[in-house]
Amino acid sequence: MKTIPLAALIGLFFTGLYFLVAIFAPWIAPYGMAEIVGGVWEPSSAEHWLGTDNIGRDLLSRMIYGGRTTIWIATMATILSFVTGSILGFAAAVIGGWVDQVMSRFVDLIMSIPSLIFALVVLSVMPVTVPVLIIVMGFLDSTRVYRLARAVAVDINVMDYVEAAKLRGEGRRWIIFREILPNALSPLVAEMGLRFIFMVLFVSTLSFLGLGVQPPEADWGGIVKENKDGIVYGIGAALYPAVAIATLAISVNLVADWVLNRTTSLKGGRG
Amino acid sequence: MSDALLKVRDLKIGATVYPPGEKPHDIEIVHGVSFDLEKGKVLGLIGESGAGKSTIGLASMAYGRGGVKITGGEVWVNGRDILKTGLSDIRSLRGGEVTYVSQSAAASFNPAKKIMDQVTEASIRHGKFSKKEAEARAVELFGKLGLPDPENIGSRYPHQVSGGQLQRCMTALALCPEPDLVVFDEPTTALDVTTQIDVLMAIKEAIRDTGVAALYITHDLAVVAQVSDDILVLKMGDMVEYGNVDQIINAPQEEYTKALVSVRSIDHEEKVPTPEPVLKVEHITARYKGTNFDVLHDVNVELHPGQTLAVVGESGSGKSTLARVITGLLPPRSGNIHFAGRDLSAALDGRSREDLRELQMIYQMADVAMNPRQTVGTIIGRPLEFYFGLRGEEKRKRIKELLDEIEMGDGFIDRYPAELSGGQKQRVCIARALAAKPKMIICDEVTSALDPLVADGILKLLLDLQKIEDVAYLFITHDLATVRAIADSIAVMYQGKVVRYGGKTDVLSPPFDDYTDLLLSSVPEMKLGWLEEVIANRKMESAGN
Repeated sequence: MKTIPLAALIGLFFTGLYFLVAIFAPWIAPYGMAEIVGGVWEPSSAEHWLGTDNIGRDLLSRMIYGGRTTIWIATMATILSFVTGSILGFAAAVIGGWVDQVMSRFVDLIMSIPSLIFALVVLSVMPVTVPVLIIVMGFLDSTRVYRLARAVAVDINVMDYVEAAKLRGEGRRWIIFREILPNALSPLVAEMGLRFIFMVLFVSTLSFLGLGVQPPEADWGGIVKENKDGIVYGIGAALYPAVAIATLAISVNLVADWVLNRTTSLKGGRG
Repeated sequence: MSDALLKVRDLKIGATVYPPGEKPHDIEIVHGVSFDLEKGKVLGLIGESGAGKSTIGLASMAYGRGGVKITGGEVWVNGRDILKTGLSDIRSLRGGEVTYVSQSAAASFNPAKKIMDQVTEASIRHGKFSKKEAEARAVELFGKLGLPDPENIGSRYPHQVSGGQLQRCMTALALCPEPDLVVFDEPTTALDVTTQIDVLMAIKEAIRDTGVAALYITHDLAVVAQVSDDILVLKMGDMVEYGNVDQIINAPQEEYTKALVSVRSIDHEEKVPTPEPVLKVEHITARYKGTNFDVLHDVNVELHPGQTLAVVGESGSGKSTLARVITGLLPPRSGNIHFAGRDLSAALDGRSREDLRELQMIYQMADVAMNPRQTVGTIIGRPLEFYFGLRGEEKRKRIKELLDEIEMGDGFIDRYPAELSGGQKQRVCIARALAAKPKMIICDEVTSALDPLVADGILKLLLDLQKIEDVAYLFITHDLATVRAIADSIAVMYQGKVVRYGGKTDVLSPPFDDYTDLLLSSVPEMKLGWLEEVIANRKMESAGN
């Protein structure tokens, strides 16, 4: 536990780097987000490390601001989906009976509709703002977290120590937060890394389709959309966001793996 | 000794451990064990958990289970050192010359294949017999092992026979390829006592008839005394004592062996019933949701303050269901429970915090009865906080008192359950129950998952605590030795009914009803020749047949 494995170190370094850049974007970015500073699709140069985009904005600055938006939305949506999904999942497992049935079947219903289609329909009738995006994505994804949380909690709920708590007269809140949650954390943390990356992809897809982050705000999906025509002319501007998403995905999962390993071998860990 | 079938010399076995917070490293778990086994003889390997007995048993097949490595010594089978021989030779050794009978037959049989196919598989694979010959031999073995309908039992699936029968099928499986050596790894530990003696007898006769040599691994000295010629006592991977069965049982030399022989010799005087019982169970009939038969029929028992009522029976007799009814987890269909002078609500929801506090429970498996993410301090402290509102220093002081009472120091307060031994875990569970200052504690098989010496310690502790705290125990167990040690009154349960109930002396004195007689006579005694004696004098077939 004292020595962090190399893979986790690499993951930590890149994840940390991305988050720091996202947080301090306005101080790091060399130019303004929507500032037009050069010609269309200029190649890399000392002034513009990654060149310029389709209307002559500095691409590095766009990437940095875009990362900020994408990571912010994905993080908030992940937190939202985990808080609602796991609490509802635990509650369904602990309460059981018809409450569990109604909630689980409702979740099945939502999950039977492809989430991208669902999100597109909702966003086409709602004003597309960042809070709305976060809520829609978080809500849709919470169904998956709900399923996992409920499955894990059902297993824990039949353990003798939960029965002992019930016989002591403990309320549901204690049972959910003090008996079940600490023991369900490992699978949830592992899932969290994966879901965060799905969120990044999801918001990028929405933006690419024009129903996500609206211009002139930058985000990685939007940058792909704006620069996709350049690919025909051999201009790789649209590929930078793809590389960013891939490295973030890998590094976040390296960290999640390590956290998972740590929590399972932790004192009192299960398995 | 040179013609011994199995010759083990200075066997050393190592394993990799992964302690939390440290680098994985190798440790030695068996430190130089040597023994001989001649054709047709049975050697008993005995010790508590962690003694290395199963590891040694598997090493005689040149096998190390998950992460276990044989690091030194020699294992000679039929005149060759199997630790140095090649893989193809080992392949013909395993399942051909040496076979293995595991503790849980239910977990070892493939549920999707018929018994006959599994019993004959090794013989056919090793080319010892043709399919026809192997099946004929299997039927013969089924008969020898006393299985009903030996011609047809092989065409059943494993779930279609009882646990005791399946264990005998596994013995047939091991004997089928005419091996020279069979390793029996706790073959009767998972069985009820009355079934255990049938299986034991069947194994003993089969060993005698086939002339095979056997390693018999168990933690129960009384069992091994019935089947072995020699006994090797192990402790933490060291040889403690090695000798013939008569010497070990009747004249043990080492302190540790003496302790094993004299285990379960706690003496407890029966107490006189008081006028006012703390618990009165009247006409309880109960069934589980979604089933259509009663698990409990008209059960009536009483428990007096500061005394112990032992509820005895085999698996499926309804004793744990009775505990669930009393705790309110399973509301009965009819009947009443009076507790501490008041009527208890049938369902858990209807009970007051006072009801819950005064009726505590201790579980069989201490490791799943404690939240692995809570420290000992939190586990014991929660009832103090919950029932008495103790906080901070006051709570910590009381936790320390409780840890003292269970003979563990306050150094354990910040430890997690995973850092405790089996006995210590059960002690913490006892402390948690005591923390609520209950009038009564239900103890559900609290010692059956523990090694005999550790179990003894727990029973003594429970008796001492009863004197100090004046708490009553409802003690659920299948083990009559435990009952003798701690009960004041006894209820014998069979198929959901109380078949015999009264003071300890009355229940344990003749004349017996047939079931109590069977149950009492089935408890292995530390005496040579006991098995044959019991089988000869039986009045009733055991339920497992």
